[in-house]
Amino acid sequence: MQFLGGNRRKLRLADDQRNACYPHSLQFYLQPPSGNISLIEFENLAIDRVKLLKAVENLGVSYVKGSEQYQSKLEAELRKLKFSYRENLGDEYEPRRRDHISHFILRLAYCQSEELRRWFIQQEMDLLRFRFSILPKDKIQSFLKDSHLQFEAISDEDKTLREQDIMASSHSLGGVQLELESVYKIPFADALDLFRGRKVYLENGFAYVPLKDIVAIILNEFRTKLSKALALTARSLPAVQSDERLQPLLNHLSHSYTGQDYSTQGNVGKVSLDQIDSLSTKSFPPCMRQLHKALRENHHLRHGGRMQYGLFLKGIGLTLEQALQFWKQEFIRGKMDPDKFDKGYSYNIRHSFGKEGKRTDYTPYSCLKIILTNPPSQGDYHGCPFRHSDPELLRQKLQAYKIPPSGISQILDLVKGTHYHLACQKFFEMTHNVDDCGFSLSHPNQFFFESQRILSGGKDFKKESVQPETPQSKLSVQRSKDASSALASLNSSLEMDLEGLEELLQ
Amino acid sequence: MEAFDPAELPELLKLYYRRLFPYAQYYRWLNYGGVVKNYFQHREFSFTLKDDIYIRYQSFNNQSDLEKELQKMNPYKIDIGAVYSHRPNQHNTVKLGAFQAQEKELVFDIDMTDYDDVRRCCSSADICSKCWTLMTMAIHIIDRALKEDFGFKHRLWVYSGRRGVHCWVCDESVRKLSSAVRSGIVEYLSVVKGGQDVKKKVHLSEKIHPFVRKSINIIKKYFEDYALVDQDILENKESWDKILALVPETMHDELQQSFQKHHNSLQRWEHLKKAASRCQNNSKNDKCGPWLEWEIMLQYCFPRLDINVSKGINHLLKSPFSVHPKTGRISVPIDLQKVDQFDPFTVPTISSICHELDVISTKEEEKENGAESDIKHRTRDYKKTSLGPFVKVFEQFLENLDKSRKGELLKKSDLQKDF
Repeated sequence: MQFLGGNRRKLRLADDQRNACYPHSLQFYLQPPSGNISLIEFENLAIDRVKLLKAVENLGVSYVKGSEQYQSKLEAELRKLKFSYRENLGDEYEPRRRDHISHFILRLAYCQSEELRRWFIQQEMDLLRFRFSILPKDKIQSFLKDSHLQFEAISDEDKTLREQDIMASSHSLGGVQLELESVYKIPFADALDLFRGRKVYLENGFAYVPLKDIVAIILNEFRTKLSKALALTARSLPAVQSDERLQPLLNHLSHSYTGQDYSTQGNVGKVSLDQIDSLSTKSFPPCMRQLHKALRENHHLRHGGRMQYGLFLKGIGLTLEQALQFWKQEFIRGKMDPDKFDKGYSYNIRHSFGKEGKRTDYTPYSCLKIILTNPPSQGDYHGCPFRHSDPELLRQKLQAYKIPPSGISQILDLVKGTHYHLACQKFFEMTHNVDDCGFSLSHPNQFFFESQRILSGGKDFKKESVQPETPQSKLSVQRSKDASSALASLNSSLEMDLEGLEELLQ
Repeated sequence: MEAFDPAELPELLKLYYRRLFPYAQYYRWLNYGGVVKNYFQHREFSFTLKDDIYIRYQSFNNQSDLEKELQKMNPYKIDIGAVYSHRPNQHNTVKLGAFQAQEKELVFDIDMTDYDDVRRCCSSADICSKCWTLMTMAIHIIDRALKEDFGFKHRLWVYSGRRGVHCWVCDESVRKLSSAVRSGIVEYLSVVKGGQDVKKKVHLSEKIHPFVRKSINIIKKYFEDYALVDQDILENKESWDKILALVPETMHDELQQSFQKHHNSLQRWEHLKKAASRCQNNSKNDKCGPWLEWEIMLQYCFPRLDINVSKGINHLLKSPFSVHPKTGRISVPIDLQKVDQFDPFTVPTISSICHELDVISTKEEEKENGAESDIKHRTRDYKKTSLGPFVKVFEQFLENLDKSRKGELLKKSDLQKDF
């Protein structure tokens, strides 16, 4: 429209249109973005959102979700990366637009495998939970309406009628006057997590949910919708990937986060057997240090210990030949017959290197796997000392490792709160004399890698940022992967890979 | 009543499936008005034949097909499964992974053996009039919740034939529920938790959920007669020691002494209630009031559900009007208006109704010259036996389903007419 003074009018129209596009600081991402975007912006948005989600993950691991520190740090991160988070902050159009588009771009990268999807959904959910928690009450109803959620707040009369029953059902309403709280009426099947534990009042097929509990339901809805959307996206992916401009970016984004599970290292063969003893006291995490000590003392380890330690050694760079020599030497010291070793044990070692049977190149166990599966019994030395040792025994071990008493009590406190990985991180900080280990621990080989990095001044052991994946390793990665190793890789390789990405895009 | 001899089953079943099984009503139920194409045709049935031969993935084209098959196979037991994506009897021809269970009624199975730790009169497969009250209470409690809390309208309660009851919830939306929601419903309805190694199976929090409160109110109506008289749970030291195991140790000495002084369970219960209401200053939860009393009542009377029966969409459950091979009793619908009067020992057995039929037939033949066709007889035969009233209950249930369906269809067509 070309009118006199039309410039001003045009701007105002655009403003209204812009506000109408993004009426809220948060959204369910129901509609994909439309319009044109430059390749550079496409790439930058993707990188920024990955940084954001990574920060969400780290903060969720380092602080209790919802605590003051968590909330303020997450808000700072969002502000820094210029994504939307809060209402009424002046011109919100740009941050909301960035949020919208970047989410959909990442769907393309993260729909490709089960682990990626799970990670993406988890961080997006945490992000949504945060944004919802700072949404002012009067904005909630309109947000719900715009998101097509069938949640209607019931009238005051309806509330009073059922006051006793609602108060008696909901744990989140401790002594609060019901008049002040909104209560929403939703179909019972939409409130599964609430009604199964009898945490909500049911009447005639509807759940009467107070505001505080609605959040859990909203998050569930979000998770279901996003999960379905990712499945759909995966199906249409081939069409997207055929676009030459997008292919390198999407490949890089997704493959970087599936490759790093410490099964293929750039440092294979860089460790010699005579270094192991000293490495075990300097750079091994306590779980592996304990296994090594037991092996040296008893000249034997049971199966659980052999698996956990053996795969770890493979991860730090031992070759098959070295591994065979290492185990055989030690077992022979225990008066084992060399032939018996060859017959009974060498097969298993070769098997775990992928040279026997179905030839799966097994990946070293992540912390989560060690903590959650195959707990040690009498005579076992595997497992996680922070999880599986008696607190008193753990104290003694830490004293033997020369950890100062203040450090020991901090570690034991973390153990009490079941924050085993944080306890191990604290152990790392104490033994390497650093205030902040600078990474989020989730894998024993990560501990080793980071330790070596510090001890060698950060020069050695630098992983290549774009690793050419051999067909065999890619296959084995997909076969024997578990979610946490993908997470481990996501954590520690992110900085590297972001640099790699940015190089790629220049 | 004619005594039931399992050895006679083959002969009895022949007659049952030829003259007594209510095919028309049965088909009317599972066809659900024919609204969804192939709903009946995709339904799985399973048969248990003589010598424990079990065959799955049976399906039928229509009522007549079902009749012919039942009359040919004379199954000892019929189970109903899910409605699948394809005809179950052709499932082998379907591409791997494509044959899926899609819908099924929400079902519950309440079995008397699950109460063995709290009934003194019987154990295992035995039941008697003293413990049957457990089923009565279970039906009232569960049915109220299904109706009032969940809003389910079409609930068919059926006697299992020996030691329990089943419930079939047939609302259209319910048949589509996911396994997760079904599990959630069972969880909502569960209060008694723990196996053999757990003594105290009920722990109430300070806030009592309306479901629990209403269930306790139902139990209160029966508790005195059932627990204190029939079961006599405080009769002697051996029996009241079990109750004391559910009560804080600090109360034991006093209760043991006073129980000796009282003469019967009623008195002892009154005393226990008073003692429990006093504030327990030593215990962790300073719950003053009747929580303890309610916990005991719930442990002794609250329904115990088997979650595995309810959560699986493809789970097979004994069909109404199936015969119980050990007792001979027919799995008959229970009239919800007369739950308290239901007596499992008066449920007709296959031998008794076959006998009734014989008597009637010979009488009729004496009247007419037997020129009437078989079909005419068949459609009204069950009416002439003690099975009749139970089929009536079933028909009432079907009427309600039809009414609902008509209402839904009208609503839908109204919506479509609106522009």
